[in-house]
Amino acid sequence: MTVQTNALAVEEADEVLESTESPWRSIVGSSLTFIALVLLWEVLVRQLKIPGWLLPAPSAIAVALADWRGELVRHSLVTLYETLVGFALAIAISIPLAVAVVCSPILRNTIYPILLAFQSVPKVAIAPLLALWIGFGTLPKVVVVFLVCFFPIIVATATGLAAVPAPLMDLIRSLSASTLQTFMKIRFPTAMPHIFVGLKIAITFAVIGAVIGEFVGSEDGLGYLILVSTSQSRTPLAFGALVLLTVMSIVLYYGVAFIERIAVPWAPKN
Amino acid sequence: MNKIRIEALYKTYASKGGRVTALEKVDLTIKQNEFITLVGPSGCGKSTLLKLIGALIRPSRGLLLYDGAPLQRPPRDIGMVFQEAVLLQWRTVLDNVLLPAEILGLDKASARAHAMHLLELVGLSGFENRFPRELSGGMQQRVSICRALVHNPSVLLMDEPFAALDAMTREELGFELMRIWDTDKKTVVFVTHNITEAILLADRVVAMSPRPGRIAKIVDIDLPRPRTIDMEFSAKFKSYSDQIRAVIYHGGGVGKR
Repeated sequence: MTVQTNALAVEEADEVLESTESPWRSIVGSSLTFIALVLLWEVLVRQLKIPGWLLPAPSAIAVALADWRGELVRHSLVTLYETLVGFALAIAISIPLAVAVVCSPILRNTIYPILLAFQSVPKVAIAPLLALWIGFGTLPKVVVVFLVCFFPIIVATATGLAAVPAPLMDLIRSLSASTLQTFMKIRFPTAMPHIFVGLKIAITFAVIGAVIGEFVGSEDGLGYLILVSTSQSRTPLAFGALVLLTVMSIVLYYGVAFIERIAVPWAPKN
Repeated sequence: MNKIRIEALYKTYASKGGRVTALEKVDLTIKQNEFITLVGPSGCGKSTLLKLIGALIRPSRGLLLYDGAPLQRPPRDIGMVFQEAVLLQWRTVLDNVLLPAEILGLDKASARAHAMHLLELVGLSGFENRFPRELSGGMQQRVSICRALVHNPSVLLMDEPFAALDAMTREELGFELMRIWDTDKKTVVFVTHNITEAILLADRVVAMSPRPGRIAKIVDIDLPRPRTIDMEFSAKFKSYSDQIRAVIYHGGGVGKR
């Protein structure tokens, strides 16, 4: 019995070692799977003779991407701009507000519950109203992005700022530290990993928010391009726009993750 | 000379089930540079008493004098050590130790020199630039002791500082603490639920009993210093231990069953 348990323990130790060198394996593995799926898609579309306006083959999407690259880049930049401005605005407003909520019990009991309730309102449903109120320019898209990003950031920040272990707060109080010292030396660094969790959630929502805003009413952006090209049966172009949106989302996410690794080197990995 | 004087101190909390008395009529005078241990089972109010001494909470009733004057707010002149090291993960060992000096705005160069000296005392020379996660639990607790001493407080408050450590590290750190205290005397109030530890460290053991939390007995420990591990097996030690054991469970604890 004892021998068996020992053997099991050794096996487990081996497994752990293996998993530490596996990231490359998983990258190679997932890339191969992805390529296989794309190939399968190509073959199926050709064999089953599916019309291009219904489901374009990957090769047709690639051709559309190349043919329309000028337009695609222009529209991508519009969407990227809306996304980044809305995201930045959300950071600029929700972090100070989280500080206020953590500092003031009154705000915590009045504003915070309202914010939580507001989160339940579907932002997609607000987008048409925003178009009604502030028109069809860049601003309503930025506002939608702001609205979807705001909540995860403020919740993560407020949680993080309050996550200081009780003994550490006792220690700080025993030294009569000022509120500013407490925030700068203890609360903010403690909150940093939490804040980045919120930022990573928010940035993936941000791109979706921009596209929703463009769907409702707009003359440029990748969301607009998808809407127009599907209505004109230029499905390969719609797919091209979709590919760019996905790439944008992934790049932005890893951008935030990269900044996190520089700004919060002590954060637990993954 | 008396450092801390406590007279008829009460701490009560209002709760759903009515008023809970955490501490009842505590009288205790702690002399300057005395090593006091508070020992007792959970719920005896030993940690509450420690927090009251540190002015982290206010008494409901009674008198608490610090150098002869009533205590209004945290005196800044105390160092604190807790069960967990609670080091700042983003700071190096040295910068963790320097935290109190920074908050109090002490002279940087001399604080740094003192911090290095303290780290050397606990055997952590060469670890100044490591991060807490690279250290074992015992090493982290050593760092937190250095942090509690860096601003040269006259009072050191320790809340079960070795309770989370393994038995060997615990003994080791106890003797290290006494060595530091021998070279640089401070008034120490040390909370523990380990009777052996309480006797081995203390000049006086304050034995507390629960429901309501109160001082059951104060035992003078007349053992020579430096203390050694074999004192634990002396007749005197056993008699102290029996005296303490006899009183702390009074009030419905293990001893009565």
